[in-house]
Amino acid sequence: MLQEESDLSLVIAQIVQKLKGSSLYAQLERQAWASLQRPEIKLESLKEDIKEYFKISGWEKKLQNAVYSELSVFPSPSHPAAPPEHLKEPLVYMRKAQGSWEKRILKSLNSMCTELSIPLARKRPVGEQKELLNKWNEMGTDEPDLSLFRPVYAPKDFLEVLINLRNPNYENGDSLSFRTHLGLIQVPLKVKDIPELKEFFVELGLTTGQLGIDDSTQVPPELFENEHVRIGQKVLAEQDSAAAQQYIRQGSPTALRAELWALILNISSQPEDILYYEQLKTNVIQHDLLVDSLIYKDVKLTASNDDYYFVFEDYLYQVLLCFSRDTSVLGHFAYNSASPPKSYIRGKLGLEEYAVFYPPNVAPLCFLYHEPSKLYQIFREMYVRFFFRLHSISSHPSGIVSLCLLFETLLQTYLPQLFYHLREIGAQPLRISFKWMVRAFSGYLATDQLLLLWDRILGYNSLEILAVLAAAVFAFRAVNLMEVTSLAAAEAVLADLSTLKVMPLLQIFLFATVT
Amino acid sequence: MINWMSVQTIRNVFSVETGYRLSDDQIVNHFPNHYELTRKDLMVKNIKRYRKELEKEGSPLAEKDENGKYLYLDFVPVTYMLPADYNLFVEEFRKSPSSTWIMKPCGKAQGKGIFLINKLSQIKKWSRDSKTSSFVSQSTKEAYVISLYINNPLLIGGRKFDLRLYVLVSTYRPLRCYMYKLGFCRFCTVKYTPSTSELDNMFVHLTNVAIQKHGEDYNHIHGGKWTVNNLRLYLESTRGKEVTSKLFDEIHWIIVQSLKAVAPVMNNDKHCFECYGYDIIIDDKLKPWLIEVNASPSLTSSTANDRILKYNLINDTLNIAVPNGEIPDCKWNKSPPKEVLGNYEILYDEELAQGDGADRELRSRPGQSLGPKGGRSRDSGRTVLTTWK
Repeated sequence: MLQEESDLSLVIAQIVQKLKGSSLYAQLERQAWASLQRPEIKLESLKEDIKEYFKISGWEKKLQNAVYSELSVFPSPSHPAAPPEHLKEPLVYMRKAQGSWEKRILKSLNSMCTELSIPLARKRPVGEQKELLNKWNEMGTDEPDLSLFRPVYAPKDFLEVLINLRNPNYENGDSLSFRTHLGLIQVPLKVKDIPELKEFFVELGLTTGQLGIDDSTQVPPELFENEHVRIGQKVLAEQDSAAAQQYIRQGSPTALRAELWALILNISSQPEDILYYEQLKTNVIQHDLLVDSLIYKDVKLTASNDDYYFVFEDYLYQVLLCFSRDTSVLGHFAYNSASPPKSYIRGKLGLEEYAVFYPPNVAPLCFLYHEPSKLYQIFREMYVRFFFRLHSISSHPSGIVSLCLLFETLLQTYLPQLFYHLREIGAQPLRISFKWMVRAFSGYLATDQLLLLWDRILGYNSLEILAVLAAAVFAFRAVNLMEVTSLAAAEAVLADLSTLKVMPLLQIFLFATVT
Repeated sequence: MINWMSVQTIRNVFSVETGYRLSDDQIVNHFPNHYELTRKDLMVKNIKRYRKELEKEGSPLAEKDENGKYLYLDFVPVTYMLPADYNLFVEEFRKSPSSTWIMKPCGKAQGKGIFLINKLSQIKKWSRDSKTSSFVSQSTKEAYVISLYINNPLLIGGRKFDLRLYVLVSTYRPLRCYMYKLGFCRFCTVKYTPSTSELDNMFVHLTNVAIQKHGEDYNHIHGGKWTVNNLRLYLESTRGKEVTSKLFDEIHWIIVQSLKAVAPVMNNDKHCFECYGYDIIIDDKLKPWLIEVNASPSLTSSTANDRILKYNLINDTLNIAVPNGEIPDCKWNKSPPKEVLGNYEILYDEELAQGDGADRELRSRPGQSLGPKGGRSRDSGRTVLTTWK
């Protein structure tokens, strides 16, 4: 009991410390000073009156939201003597693997630099800066020669690294038993099984209304949809983060989604935020990073050719280029096992660090936010809360390693015939589903379905749903998959996911399959 | 049998000279005088006539606002025929001299011959001719329409786009028309700018794929197109559900009104059905404008997805035009069962609308709470297409 209390006070102290440095603190202070003018604030009961004022004016809610937001990313309590690396990632072999992966990426980048005689970072000459500023909204039309740039790594490479992860303390034994994991991932992490998933995702059950199922045209809107929209509007009016997160587990109405996500991620558009974005933009204009060309090439190859996202090509460049220079992103590395490689500009012009990562999923967000600085904030927050886990090696239950393991375990346990068959023909299921998961299905599902899926990621504060969906897709196409005889044929069966409806698949897999 | 004809052939088939008669088991995919709707000048003429008639009748649909603009029937940009209306045009032009106008040849398609002007001097040619040879009829090839250019189009990703919607008409009297659910948006490859220096840059202003195809940035995989559902999702997410629903209601409204406008003059030959390609532009106030109607909407495909769409379009069109895939009999009542609609939805069915009661003289309007629904699009629960009440 005492331990818990002291843990709690430690957590409180840490959160208070964190919030003291935020703009919310400054705003609250300002508000408190301003409230002294108000007649109901009396000197004798100053503290209570101000608290009361905060409650009425909605500032307490904002504080609550901020605390809630901190809590959701707060690492779990640990031993007081644990070193900081341990907090990031408790398993040593994982840390080692992440470290060597980063070294590999850096080496690859450096060799590309020397090969092409391009510096990792350089300051742009003034003429070029002006040009870029003019073209800021149209970078998509530029066609620099990118043929010499190779992507630093492909999902396949990352998968290979994950497959080769081994826990040195774990002795698997040579004898095969029913417990032998037949998949590619060979690390003994704990993953949920279906009964646990059913509990975790209880709001997705068959008896609860869902957007993505119960708003289809055959169902009269009075049954679920209208009420759900009404509740959604109420949640937004209350500006309650926690309530929004609970609400969105059943899906978000399209019209409310942009605001709901902003509320859950605790993003408000303060002037400081817009300024911050402008500052990043200035950084982009002034300095040219090698990573920029890689980003450029990646966007050209993927989003520009996509049916839905090609329209937003220019936004993608703006967001990603700024993101690669955002040092506040580094704050999240406190709970990520990765540590960003450092780079110094020739002449040491102040820019210190940047993170190397596989360009993540901006495009679907363009459907919700068209104001660049808001788009940027949402994207950044989504990345530091969720998507970074898809690109780094860790033992976190939402980390890519756990997701892969969860996927394989689900498949092996509940669709053993299919799993075995695919393995026999050399089509390990993970080889196909990895690319879906590492991109959070962006670019594979229809946009409206993707947004419904990401609603649930936010609602449950976990990426596990990606693994469940991947398994559900396999279950859905099981009949066809049983008939294929090669990896290529299996890929073909699963090539086109654009017609899939996400929620029914998830529901059937979790709640309606006889296990 | 179904005779799929080009516009040229239709002219021959129905022309008085050839004396060709279609037998009962032949149906064709064009109405003989479809050009009343599909030629830019005639469409505008018919709509103007229709509006004046409604005004004379005192119909509430023809209501105007304090500036003299029609409240519900102002969906075509101000248009004049050249050279016939040259003087009228000049008067209008002088009222707002900084405006831009778009010149379109009446008889051409695919963006051919279109250009933008913002100075009277740029169209001197049409004024000179009309002064000197007023009794010499201009050959139809040189006739142009000039319309007020919509220089505040709704932009997505900074780009201009327009909507191409397919509408199938099986009969004009009573009017029965269907809207294809899978319309699409055509995007320009270049960022939009209303600046006058770019008036000549057709890649900025014209969305026709025939033009955009030749642009440097044209992408052959997705072809610069979005589905209408995408557009709906985007607008609902960024602007809200009510305004989006209102926009789509208005779009359906203007299509139906345009068909009603030409219905009286259409040769409602029972051998005919027709699938039109409607081009609509949405401005930044979310108001839709009817730009033109095409009689032979491009059935060639520019991308793989496109091919699938056009294939299904033809398939569904024929399913509705011909009952049960049997030998067509033009005497049938042209009321296909719900199952064969495929990707079509009933847009307006005059018989159904009239059958709803005798006091339905007051036709419905978008956003008003009076009058009946224009047509049932689904039976149980949902009426997605028309929320007019």
